[in-house]
Amino acid sequence: MAFLEIDGLYKSFGQTDVLKGIDLVVEEGDFLVLVGPSGCGKSTLLNTIAGLESVTKGEIRIAGERVNELKPSERDIAMVFQSYALYPNMSVAKNLAFGLEMRGVPKDERDRAIQEVAEMLQIEKLLNRRPGQLSGGQRQRVAMGRALVRKPQVFLFDEPLSNLDAKLRVDMRMEIKRLHATLGTTIVYVTHDQIEAMTLASTIAILKDGVLQQFGSPEDVYNNPSNLFVADFMGSPAMNLVPAEVQKQDGAIGVALKQRSNGALFLPVREGVADQLGDWVGRTITFGIRPEAVTDPDAADQKEGQLVEATCRAEMVEPTGADTYVVTHLGGKEFTARLRANSPIEEDGHVKLAFNMTRSVFFDPQDGTRIA
Amino acid sequence: MSTATEGPQLGSGSVFGRAILYAVLIVFAVYYLLPLVIMLLNSVKPLDEIRSGNLIAPPQHWTLQPWLSAWSEAQVGVQATGLKPYFVNSFLMVIPAVTISMVLGAINGYVLTKYRFKGDSIVFGLILFSCFIPFQIVLIPMAKVLGTLGIAGTVPGLVLVHVVYGLGFTTLFFRNYYAAFPTELIRSAQVDGAGFFRIFWRILLPSSGPIIVVTIIWQFTNIWNDFLFGASFSDFDSQPMTVALNNLVSSSTGVKEYNVHFAGAVLAALPTLVVYIVSGRYFVRGLMAGAVKG
Ligand SMILES: Nc1ncnc2c1ncn2[C@@H]1O[C@H](COP(=O)(O)OP(=O)(O)OP(=O)(O)O)[C@@H](O)[C@H]1O
Ligand SMILES: [Mg+2]
Repeated sequence: MAFLEIDGLYKSFGQTDVLKGIDLVVEEGDFLVLVGPSGCGKSTLLNTIAGLESVTKGEIRIAGERVNELKPSERDIAMVFQSYALYPNMSVAKNLAFGLEMRGVPKDERDRAIQEVAEMLQIEKLLNRRPGQLSGGQRQRVAMGRALVRKPQVFLFDEPLSNLDAKLRVDMRMEIKRLHATLGTTIVYVTHDQIEAMTLASTIAILKDGVLQQFGSPEDVYNNPSNLFVADFMGSPAMNLVPAEVQKQDGAIGVALKQRSNGALFLPVREGVADQLGDWVGRTITFGIRPEAVTDPDAADQKEGQLVEATCRAEMVEPTGADTYVVTHLGGKEFTARLRANSPIEEDGHVKLAFNMTRSVFFDPQDGTRIA
Repeated sequence: MSTATEGPQLGSGSVFGRAILYAVLIVFAVYYLLPLVIMLLNSVKPLDEIRSGNLIAPPQHWTLQPWLSAWSEAQVGVQATGLKPYFVNSFLMVIPAVTISMVLGAINGYVLTKYRFKGDSIVFGLILFSCFIPFQIVLIPMAKVLGTLGIAGTVPGLVLVHVVYGLGFTTLFFRNYYAAFPTELIRSAQVDGAGFFRIFWRILLPSSGPIIVVTIIWQFTNIWNDFLFGASFSDFDSQPMTVALNNLVSSSTGVKEYNVHFAGAVLAALPTLVVYIVSGRYFVRGLMAGAVKG
């Protein structure tokens, strides 16, 4: 039986529908990350799980028990807020103790729990300070400590790292991952940073306008996006998504990508896909392929499937050190390829690229649904 | 070159400007202080000095007798009790009235900002509206209410009147202050398991210092200085200081003891003065905080 279940959840504020029928299932010990653009309803979903917002329709169950009617304090959850929400008039120790005190945990037990958590997060030296006297990173740790000290069934995080600088964010990300590995507690984590989502999640749920777009493992979401929005949203640099015409050449079905100068580049698709694209011959679809699936031929994974080589004009070259990104022009749009550093680029700016067609995806340009 | 010539010119101009500024400020300060000084001077003069000479001259014989008389001997109304019992009445009225109106205002502000409900802005609008109702309009309905409750002419009756009348202001103060208080803190406390009053007591109140000071000063001075409600709703034994002072001054028997009147007036003003001096600094700070963030 699943641990946290969300069943047909609707939430409206007055006339505005914010969540429109969310279904989620989280196993015990899972790390679920909710991602999506700003305003899509991530915080609202988290708040309904916490019990801070009421539910318009649908049901939420934790460990098999319906919690819709329970107060936040009765749901055995702990939450870390984006602003940290540390009580300004209390010391760090009192902040950590507050939740335990409210639950009537005796003093010596509270002290022991605080010590334990303070050690785990290395904030022992800060226990007597006020939140106002802490740095951003320290506040973040205290906020996590306050959640940890209660040993709840579920942790809820609402963009806990978004107020930190880039370096600290990476450190804390690792720290959270380590904590999850040690404690094994179920976590629901909200972010709009898709790298955070990929690195932390055991399951990712992608939301857009209050509708769940895809729900699956990070690999699944990354390699097998269920629609155009997910394909575009996940991954950095973003997936190449360009219009292409489905054609049949010499009996093989493929996509033709318009090039700037000499006509179109024809890329035959792999077998399984050919059947699904059959109906689309002569029509335009959206062709998607990630930059790392378009490389220099020597670097291409020869074992993996079907490589198609083609020469393209490099309009821009961006060396990042480890890799070199080459931007070319296909299907009327910018098209990024990821090459090894020092890949040979010819004098006249032409470069030989290998398209790994096994990793290509195809969408209906009208409604963004996946075709193949 | 131009800056060198401009500098001194500007400097001398600003010195001149400053001089005028200070002169004007001093004139106004004197203008405002003069009544107080005259009152103090005449409250320590024997009565015949006031009658024979001018009011502004310093006393030739200093005496504290007028103060003693005003405090405990003078004829107020029909009895020669001095102002003492009425001073006590005023405190018995002002302390509960300020406390109760402040606590209720704080809870109102808390609910109106952190436990939003349907129509809350209408409720707040109505409460705010009560700030603009003139005293005179409520006199007769209030008299009826006090009569029905059986507390007409008593100190608790006056407390009720002032609590009701002050609620609009205290609610306004606290609502604006709490509007700037982060809602995530309340939510965090809810998740931690604190209830409505626990959150109020442990999270909100400890951060409310400035607005509490503002409310105390505002309510204290308004209630202490109120004359109309005191005159309308009190009996002889429940009259506040302001009404008693009026009775003292307009007492018809015997000669007019101006020095005693002056002493009594200063006595009546003393508590508000003390409250201002002690917490005036916070007053300005709190008003600003409420105004800017609200
Ligand atoms: N109390 C409320 N009343 C009315 N509308 C609200 C309320 N809270 C949120 N909304 C609306 O619900 C939508 C979703 O808000 P939510 O805070 O869940 O977004 P989010 O996905 O967390 O965005 P972000 O990444 O910016 O935090 C927004 O359009 C917001 O305007
Ligand atoms: Mg949010």
